[in-house]
Amino acid sequence: LSEFLQQVINGLSLGSIYALIALGYTMVYGILKLINFAHSEVFMVGAYAGYYSATWLGIERTEQSGQMFPIYLALVVLAFAMAVSAVLGVTIERLAYRPVRSAPRLTPLITAIGVSLLLQNLGALIFTPNPRRYPPIVKEVRFEVGGITLTNIKITIFVVAVLLMIGLWALVNRTWTGRAMRAVSVNLDAAKLMGIDTDRTISATFAIGSGLAAAGGILFGLDQITITPTMGVLTGLKAFVAAVLGGIGNIPGAVLGGVLIGLAEQLVAGYVSPDYRDAITFVILIVILILRPEGILGVVRQEKV
Amino acid sequence: MLLGRRTWIAALFALTAASFGACKKPGGQGSSPSGSSSEIVIGHYASMTGNTAHFGQDTDKAVRLAVDEVNAAGGVLGRQVKVVTLDDRGDSAEAANAVTRLIDVEKVHALLGEVASSLSLSGGRVAQRRKVPMISPSSTNPKVTEVGDYIFRVCFLDPFQGKVMAKFAKENLKLERIAILKDVKNDYSIGLAEAFKDAYEKMGGKIVVEQSYSQGDTDFSAQVTAIKGTDAQGIYIPGYYAEVGSIARTAQRLGVKLPLMGGDGWDAPDLFKIGGDALENTYFSNHFAPDVASDKAKKFVDAFKAKYKIEPTGLGALGYDAATVLFDAMKRAGKTEPEAIRNALAETRDFEGVTGKITIDQGRNATKSAVVLKIEGGKAKFAATVAP
Repeated sequence: LSEFLQQVINGLSLGSIYALIALGYTMVYGILKLINFAHSEVFMVGAYAGYYSATWLGIERTEQSGQMFPIYLALVVLAFAMAVSAVLGVTIERLAYRPVRSAPRLTPLITAIGVSLLLQNLGALIFTPNPRRYPPIVKEVRFEVGGITLTNIKITIFVVAVLLMIGLWALVNRTWTGRAMRAVSVNLDAAKLMGIDTDRTISATFAIGSGLAAAGGILFGLDQITITPTMGVLTGLKAFVAAVLGGIGNIPGAVLGGVLIGLAEQLVAGYVSPDYRDAITFVILIVILILRPEGILGVVRQEKV
Repeated sequence: MLLGRRTWIAALFALTAASFGACKKPGGQGSSPSGSSSEIVIGHYASMTGNTAHFGQDTDKAVRLAVDEVNAAGGVLGRQVKVVTLDDRGDSAEAANAVTRLIDVEKVHALLGEVASSLSLSGGRVAQRRKVPMISPSSTNPKVTEVGDYIFRVCFLDPFQGKVMAKFAKENLKLERIAILKDVKNDYSIGLAEAFKDAYEKMGGKIVVEQSYSQGDTDFSAQVTAIKGTDAQGIYIPGYYAEVGSIARTAQRLGVKLPLMGGDGWDAPDLFKIGGDALENTYFSNHFAPDVASDKAKKFVDAFKAKYKIEPTGLGALGYDAATVLFDAMKRAGKTEPEAIRNALAETRDFEGVTGKITIDQGRNATKSAVVLKIEGGKAKFAATVAP
């Protein structure tokens, strides 16, 4: 049983990372009906922004001296990475999606794939394709609870993810920006007629989604130890499946989907075979598309952002 | 699917690059690899970037050191030697492309490469078809030289390497039950795991569980958790350094305190960068121990350090040996025709290499002894030597 609980805990922390990334997919889809394939690279760039800022802040020295990296510096790293990704996300929207916004829906989709490939290869050029160890922004502390080994990293991942999601919920439901986002997702033209600055609202959506992806990137690095410029490919795809599973365009759905995918992956890897850990995600995708294409929580016209 | 997408684009790029290359030298002279000058051209294909970049880079540094030394001493057969290195990025389709390009565009007389067995297999098939002699410095999977009579190697084979670690685990570490964690996308890892299992079970040990991962994976917590749930006393991980480093960290994080063991795929400085203190008290079999070495090896280590300011790895030492064995064969052949080089290579006997005496046997493999290294204080140190 303790082994099962261990797998569940590992699955939950992985799942909350997927959930953070899935939120970006689902928010953009909710507003523009666009699957932003470049999102997985925004996630990757966020992880690298965290890597470099932690290095500049002298994490190597703190690690060698065996001290803890100060929490306020860890927050600086997080904020910096989120800012870099937010700027990147907004820039991508401005340069690659806005010019083709009125074109048929296939056009921006193809542009998105182009941007994704461009960023992946730029990443390999700039960051080099060698795997890098992620700096221990959170110093690892282990403790045993009834045969289960917990680390503060797993807990941090879970807590940070939940806090960010609560923040997002408040933003969408309690602020004017959130109200504008919801309005735009219901009907872009009508929202414009009501005096909403739709371009700004869309930019805000990209900024928020990309910031969450960057947080996901840092947590991913902490959890998975190494990062590479192609880390976004599979992780992004799984997060996308998570968004579809929960009901694309639906915020609680993305969170639920992320956690379910993370759990499914970990349990299949632990109890069936690790060779099927990637396959299970896509089996779930096929099943959900056949049985319930709108996703678990995707009721027709729920609150969509 | 995504891999397919990437490979496809890579292939496209390679094609374009190859056609540009072909344009630069119009009307290349048939198959006679004489080159424009009187230089002897050697092709080296290696993973200079990617998940196994250290393998390629270390080997290439050592090959270039060997070339510089031989050129400073007057070259081979009175001609200077030039080495052309192409990056295969650790991808087997790219390895085949690189070999084709080295033969067609660069007109090489002989080939060196690869470290990874999967890549030596795909590059070797091209070399064999075009009848250009190739020496793999450090591919240990038996299938590599079975490709054909132009393919050689200067290192030991996995059945032997697996036996070495099995013996060490059973007799020196006194382990009775071991879990295996292998990379199922990697010929080297699968072969070595099998060899270890065979030898270990013959000695009366028990393999309690076999878990697997795929090259490029970053999450190993499920496998390590599953191993934690068994009564294994040690874990054998015949993989490559990037994943091994992550696995060691994962094991530490999950509170698994079993000794880890592996093979020569661990041998790279990045292993320590990624794995850090999680690697303390782990063991791996290797070709060569830099801290206890013969005179020839000491000379190599000093020259390498003087030139590159870093310690060579065992793979580097083998790269150096592969190059010097090739020069020796060319000198004995007296000419640089592929067939003559091949025949001379096959007759290599008791060549004094950095990694020990090299004799090429009937199967074009080298018979050599192996060492076991223990990681202590962030460094690999000599622990035992095992003769064939």
